Amino acid sequence: MDFQSCVNIKKEWDIVGARQLGRDISRKIGFGTVDQARIATTISELARNIYLYAGTGKVCFEALEDMNKKGIRIVATDDGPGIQDISQVMEDGFTTSGGLGAGLPGVKRLMDSFDIVSTEEEGTEISVVKWLR
Amino acid sequence: MSTLKLDLENYKELLQEYIKTKDEQALYQAEQFSKHSMQQNISPEEIINVHIQSLQEIYPDMPEYIQSSMNFLLETMISYGLAYQEFQTLREKQLELKSEISVAANMQKTLLSTVKPDLSDIDVGALSVPAKQMNGDYHHFVEDGKGNLGIAVADVIGKGVPAALCMSMIKYSMDSFSGIRTDPSVILGNLNRVVERNVDASMFITMFYGLYNSNDHTFTYSSAGHEPGFYYYKDRDEFEEIDVPGLVLGVSPEVSYKQYEKRVEKGDMIILLTDGVTECRQGDRFIDQEEILHVIKQYSHLPAQGIVDQVYKHFERLQDFQLRDDFTLIILRRNV
Ligand SMILES: Nc1ncnc2c1ncn2[C@@H]1O[C@H](COP(=O)(O)OP(=O)(O)OP(=O)(O)O)[C@@H](O)[C@H]1O
Ligand SMILES: [Mg+2]
Repeated sequence: MDFQSCVNIKKEWDIVGARQLGRDISRKIGFGTVDQARIATTISELARNIYLYAGTGKVCFEALEDMNKKGIRIVATDDGPGIQDISQVMEDGFTTSGGLGAGLPGVKRLMDSFDIVSTEEEGTEISVVKWLR
Repeated sequence: MSTLKLDLENYKELLQEYIKTKDEQALYQAEQFSKHSMQQNISPEEIINVHIQSLQEIYPDMPEYIQSSMNFLLETMISYGLAYQEFQTLREKQLELKSEISVAANMQKTLLSTVKPDLSDIDVGALSVPAKQMNGDYHHFVEDGKGNLGIAVADVIGKGVPAALCMSMIKYSMDSFSGIRTDPSVILGNLNRVVERNVDASMFITMFYGLYNSNDHTFTYSSAGHEPGFYYYKDRDEFEEIDVPGLVLGVSPEVSYKQYEKRVEKGDMIILLTDGVTECRQGDRFIDQEEILHVIKQYSHLPAQGIVDQVYKHFERLQDFQLRDDFTLIILRRNV
C-alpha cells in the first residue's frame, strides 16, 4: 500500500493540519458535508490520541476505489506505549472525557470499518474506512 | 437512506409553510418530525444537513455566508450526535443489566430460602423484605429433630448485589457447619473465620445466633455486633433489650464470642430484627424503639406471624411504601 498523503503529528497544531488534508481528500472523493464533518472528527480523535498518549506519530490517508464503490481509509500510526486492554477501551463510557460520546467508540460509530493493532511498548495502528454512499 | 430522502421533502414543505405562516401547526409537526427522526437514530448533524438542503432549494440565491454558517453549525453538532448514540447503547445495556439482576434476585431467593419451623411449643413469625431487588439481610432456621431450633439473623453492611453475594457465602458456610456443634458462640466463631478469609475488608457482616431448646425452654445466644433484639416478659408485661457485646464478623481472625442463656416462660417473646426495622424513618425522623415495641404490643393478641406482618405493614405505610433498608423481623413466643 502506498500512502502518499500523511501528516506527522508532533504538536497539537498538527491535528488541524491532519483534519484539513483529510477533509480536502474526502471532498475530492465526493463525500457530502455531513460525512466530511464525521471524517474530520475521526481524524481529530485519532490524532489527539497520538498527541496525548504516544507523543508523536502520523495520520495517513488513502482514497479507495472498488469496482462499484469509493471511500477513504485513514490510518493512524505511532510507536508509543500501546493500548493494553483494547476491549476495555472500546467500551462505551470508558473514555477519560467520560460521557461525551467521542473517543474510540465514537470513531467506530462514525466509520464503516474499524481496526486496531497495538503492542505494548511498541505502538498502535488504528485503521478505519468510510465508504461513499 | 430512502426514508431520509422522503423526510427531506417533508421537512422542506414544513419549513416553507412555517416561514410563510408562522403557524403553530407547522411547529407541532416539526416536533413530530424530530421524534420520528430520533426513533430512526438520525443524528442532529443530519437534521441540520436536511435543513441546509431545504434552504438551498427554497432560496436558490441564498447568500454564501448563510451556507457557511450552517456548515459551521453542522460541525458543532457532530459530538452531540455521538453522545446521543452512546446514550442509546448505554440505555440498552442498562435494561440488560436490570433483567440480569432480577434473574439473580430470583436465584438468591431460592438459594437463601428457609422453612419456617412448625413447632407445637413455640410459635414463630418471620418476615424479610428487601429494599431493592436483592436482599442483604439473611435469616435461617435449623431444627435438629431433638427439640432444638437454631435461628440466625444477619445483615451485611452495604446493599445490593455485593451484599447479596456475600450472604450466599454465609448461607453455605452455615450449612457446612450444621450437625457438628450448635453452640451459638462456636457457630459465630467459625463463621467469623470464614468471613475474615473470604470477604473484602470493606464489607462487614453482623449476626445474631440463637438456639431455642424446647425441652427445657432455654434460649442460648451470641451476637456478632448485631442490632439488639428484645425480650418480652409476659408476667411483667415489659420489654428488655437483648444487647450483648460481640465483634462484627470478619474484622479479626480469632474472635471468641460470649454466649448467654435465658429461661423462657410461657407467653414470653423473643424479638430479633435487623437495623432496617429500627432505622425506619418517617421523613427525617427516626422511629424510636418505643414505637416499635408499642406496635408489637398492640398486635400481641395475634399469632407471631400476624404480629410480624402487622409491624411490617405499619412501618411500610409510615415510610410511604418505600423501604430504605432491607427489613427482617422474627418473633418467637413460647406457647405451652
Ligand atoms: N495511540 C494511543 N497510544 C496509547 N494509548 C492510547 C492511544 N489511543 C488511545 N489510547 C488509550 O486508550 C484510552 C481511550 O482512548 P479514547 O480516545 O477512547 O478516550 P480518551 O482519549 O481517554 O478520551 P477522549 O474522549 O477525550 O478521547 C486512552 O485514555 C488511552 O489510555
Ligand atoms: Mg481520545
